[in-house]
Amino acid sequence: MKFWASLVVVLALVVAAAFTVKNEFVFYAGYTVLLYVVLATAWNILGGYAGYVNFGTPAFFGLGAYTGAVLYKAFALPLGLQIAAAALMSGLLGLFAGALTLRLRGIFFAIATIALVVIMETAFINWRYAGGATGLQLLRPPPTAPFESYIKMLFVVMAAMALGAVALARYIQDSWIGRGLRAIRDSEEAAECSGVPTLRLKVFACTVSGALMGAAGAPMPMYLQYIEPSSTFNLNYAVGALASPMIGGTGHWLGPVIGALLLSSLQQYVTVTISNEMNVLVVGVLLVVFVVAAPEGILGLAKKVGARWKR
Amino acid sequence: MLPLDLLFEGVLFGILLGAFYAAVSMGLSVSFGLLDVPHVAHPAIMVFGSYCTFVLARMGLDPIVAGVLLMAPFFLLGMLVYRFYYEAFERRGAEAGVRGIAFFFGLALIIEVGLILAFGVDQRLVEAAYIGQSLRFGDIRIPMRTLAVFGVAVVLTVLLSLYLAKTFTGRAIKAVAQDEPALRLMGADPVRIKQWAFGIATAVSALAGAMLIIIGPVEPAMDRLYIGRTFAVVVLGGLGSMTGTIAAGLILGISESIVLIHPALGASWAPAVSFALLLLVLAIRPQGLFGR
Repeated sequence: MKFWASLVVVLALVVAAAFTVKNEFVFYAGYTVLLYVVLATAWNILGGYAGYVNFGTPAFFGLGAYTGAVLYKAFALPLGLQIAAAALMSGLLGLFAGALTLRLRGIFFAIATIALVVIMETAFINWRYAGGATGLQLLRPPPTAPFESYIKMLFVVMAAMALGAVALARYIQDSWIGRGLRAIRDSEEAAECSGVPTLRLKVFACTVSGALMGAAGAPMPMYLQYIEPSSTFNLNYAVGALASPMIGGTGHWLGPVIGALLLSSLQQYVTVTISNEMNVLVVGVLLVVFVVAAPEGILGLAKKVGARWKR
Repeated sequence: MLPLDLLFEGVLFGILLGAFYAAVSMGLSVSFGLLDVPHVAHPAIMVFGSYCTFVLARMGLDPIVAGVLLMAPFFLLGMLVYRFYYEAFERRGAEAGVRGIAFFFGLALIIEVGLILAFGVDQRLVEAAYIGQSLRFGDIRIPMRTLAVFGVAVVLTVLLSLYLAKTFTGRAIKAVAQDEPALRLMGADPVRIKQWAFGIATAVSALAGAMLIIIGPVEPAMDRLYIGRTFAVVVLGGLGSMTGTIAAGLILGISESIVLIHPALGASWAPAVSFALLLLVLAIRPQGLFGR
């Protein structure tokens, strides 16, 4: 109950902000932060619960973005349908890629997902209709009422997606699926022997995770009014999606949320005040420091502090 | 189909390119293939080697000599990296998987951004007598730089294979890969051997970095492309087999070169070749050509 009540409160706050705050930059920056909440939450379903490192975030995200862009170019579909179609496409990619590669363990799976990114990027560079290597310019339609600006609408849409992703991750975590995935992470052989359908669970997690990433990518062409392969399939998305749960804590749905809010707010701040390179450096250093010194992330640290407090 | 002369040219350049790919994958073949370290930062360290070569070459050194000289400091760097990795992850045991990969990924990012901050995002290249000229055989022109790199690659590969097969430490490195507990029972310290081996792998990467900047201009983000190439070669070669690494390098070089030269495909498809090959190998024959 408390969870659903706080979801409603957050959504109400977001909508209220969209109708009161005048400064548009808040929404530009906020959109990116929320985007990373979705990506990190989606990544954590496979990476955190099951322990399979996925570098392929840009492949799923980018396929979603291109699905949105191409559908908009061809049929001028409304945003909602673009998102649904993107989720479907990236979910299918997750299903096929997962079924092919999830028999691989550890680093082999991770490398295979990098391969997925490069192959998708190459395919879109060579697809003329989607703009090829130079990309595609897109004109936004007027915002749907009651929103007065398109960017505010995108912000609210992304906030709704973030809340939806968190609710889904929480549901998976608490259900038998989450228990099965955790069993896979701890010992795949033991899980298999105890009758956990390991491959089916992993493919399911990969599909859901991919669909969420694709849905999060769909509004990107509208946000930038432009789409182009090398920035759409950039490995920096993989870095953000992986670093946020590592920093926040991978075991719980709250971990990626905390990690993404902290990390991408910091990144936005560093990008604006110092430079874009510095922002990537910050992520790299934080990632290394956390995996070495705080393997359970911020949530783990908080738990330790809490335990000491009680004593 | 390709006309025969184009095919011949493709194969010829593929062999030259393939020897280069084998050489840049040698270090990974030891660190990942033999030691099982998920060394995603291998290409980043190699690009770092290219920039060190660039600095030394600007001071008037020949790039190949510079690469050889760099092997000593890189050897120490490698020992340091492995020691850190061991203390932080391997020693704590089981759950190193996800975090170990994340660690090397973060390390690669830090190196990449460090290079951008120090040298900017522009492409850098080196000068030498053999760079820029080419040999002519009938209609085919072979740039001297690819021949120079080919020579270095062959020498490096032969020396490393001999070192692993003939010397005491080399055999110890192979023994660590085969059966670590047995080595421990013999009274040897597997961690020290692994540290040594990782140092060698990193030293080899320094020379590979020199070759990388001889064969063409280098930019900091180049490691992302080479993650696919080096891992494809090592996995296809069968994790740590030197013969396998050479064969796999040649296969990748020739296939990439034919895609590059093919009129219907061309340069925009070339980066996907290594990754497609990698996926294919992982799906069909994960133990590679010469699996251990």
